[in-house]
Amino acid sequence: MSEAVVEIHDLHKSFGSLEVLKGIDFSVAPGEVVCLIGSSGSGKSTLLRCINLLEKPDKGVIRVFGEDILSIRNVDRYRANVGMCFQQFNLFKNMNVLKNCMIAQEKVLKRSSKEAEEKAMFFLKKVGMEAFANADPSRISGGQKQRVAIARALCMDPDLMLFDEPTSALDPEMVKEVLEVMKQLAVDGLTMIVVTHEMGFARQAADRVVFMDKGVIEEEGSPEEIFTNPKSARTREFLQHFIND
Amino acid sequence: MESSFLGQILDILKRYWPSLALGIQNTLIISLSGTLIGLCIGLIVGGIRAIRLDYTASPAAVFGKKVLDRLGKIYIDVFRGTPMMVQAVFLYYALLNVVHWNKLTAAIFVISVNTGAYMAEIIRSGIQAVDIGQTEASRSLGMSNIQTMMNVVLPQAVRNAFPAIGNEFIVNIKDSSVLMIISIADLMFQAKSIAGSTFQFTATYGITAAIYFILTSIASLILNSIERKMNASSTSFPQSDTDPSNMVLATENAGEEHYE
Repeated sequence: MSEAVVEIHDLHKSFGSLEVLKGIDFSVAPGEVVCLIGSSGSGKSTLLRCINLLEKPDKGVIRVFGEDILSIRNVDRYRANVGMCFQQFNLFKNMNVLKNCMIAQEKVLKRSSKEAEEKAMFFLKKVGMEAFANADPSRISGGQKQRVAIARALCMDPDLMLFDEPTSALDPEMVKEVLEVMKQLAVDGLTMIVVTHEMGFARQAADRVVFMDKGVIEEEGSPEEIFTNPKSARTREFLQHFIND
Repeated sequence: MESSFLGQILDILKRYWPSLALGIQNTLIISLSGTLIGLCIGLIVGGIRAIRLDYTASPAAVFGKKVLDRLGKIYIDVFRGTPMMVQAVFLYYALLNVVHWNKLTAAIFVISVNTGAYMAEIIRSGIQAVDIGQTEASRSLGMSNIQTMMNVVLPQAVRNAFPAIGNEFIVNIKDSSVLMIISIADLMFQAKSIAGSTFQFTATYGITAAIYFILTSIASLILNSIERKMNASSTSFPQSDTDPSNMVLATENAGEEHYE
């Protein structure tokens, strides 16, 4: 039996009086690509941020690679192994593209600058951004920023990648270039959890689609099941909005 | 001996320029080193005060941070809440028998700790203006609180706060004049002795005001050109990372989890 990469049991999280996660049970197998879909405020981003410990769950268990991450001491080492891409890219504004990809390798993994640079160039090439290695992040487009952010995360050799609405802040024509990169990662066998509103991507690249609504998992299944034959009325209603996708 | 006002000025300049030059030199040494040392103090105090420990921090770190925050607050309140002139006389005489310092050292010390208190707040607000997403991205890559602060947040904060930091230098050129209370031979002190021996108060202090004005004007020109250079090296596009949804994120998180 192959052990699950992520195993979540009865996860709860509130912000003040607002209960965002109301008991989530969820797991991800090695190499699996899971898309989390659902309307805004359904708790999908919060779930993702809990896996990275950017938010502290109030109750529940999260195991990643068999380790109970809510009780580990060295959070930094854990986070280095879990890549994360944000909706707003969050490239470091005080560094060029290459340095963005090198800094954590040097500071966290203690790689030499030569080694870090080789790695950075390798992944910048992979996302098609090697020509912009010396560019300032403010000088490149949103889609390019997100590709650099993906390369930056990949440089840490993560065993799991988390994407928090990676294309939601992009112009429609830039969405494609980012999704192409992500599809390639999926083909490469990287374990990925993707919060997205891109139903086309979920349908094509996901092994499993999880529909969240009001802090619970309403329905999950293969893209085929969810998109063509949803069981829950709420899922059907939500997917109505994407009928043209 | 009756002479015109202009004649008096020229006469004073001719006879006393060496002591005026020494005054200018001391004023510049005191205000420049005070600003730089004050900036270092501000980076440390403001940086520590602005670190937000999340729940993953150890209890020891949380306790240490609480103590340092309290000390930092007291330091800032005391030095911003009392006049520098009073700080100068008090510290100079209080520590004279302990460290046996000369007046220049004492003057630089006083202006540095005074500036440090202001710088700490300038740096802290500069840090708080850095998008929380920068910190989250850095932490998500495994960088620690301190690595994040040193490599990502502080460089951006200093750039944001550069106009305010430069302004402190200009303020120091002028306000270092109160340090003459401990008889440091700065420009104001020299002016006072010249006026005392010539009895030409208006002319002497007129010259002094003009010299201060020239010094601050030159400093301001230099600072402006540095600022222009910094901005030219990175101009934000309209599609920069600062959009309203980020601000929502920042305010949402402000009250949560973070210890401030």
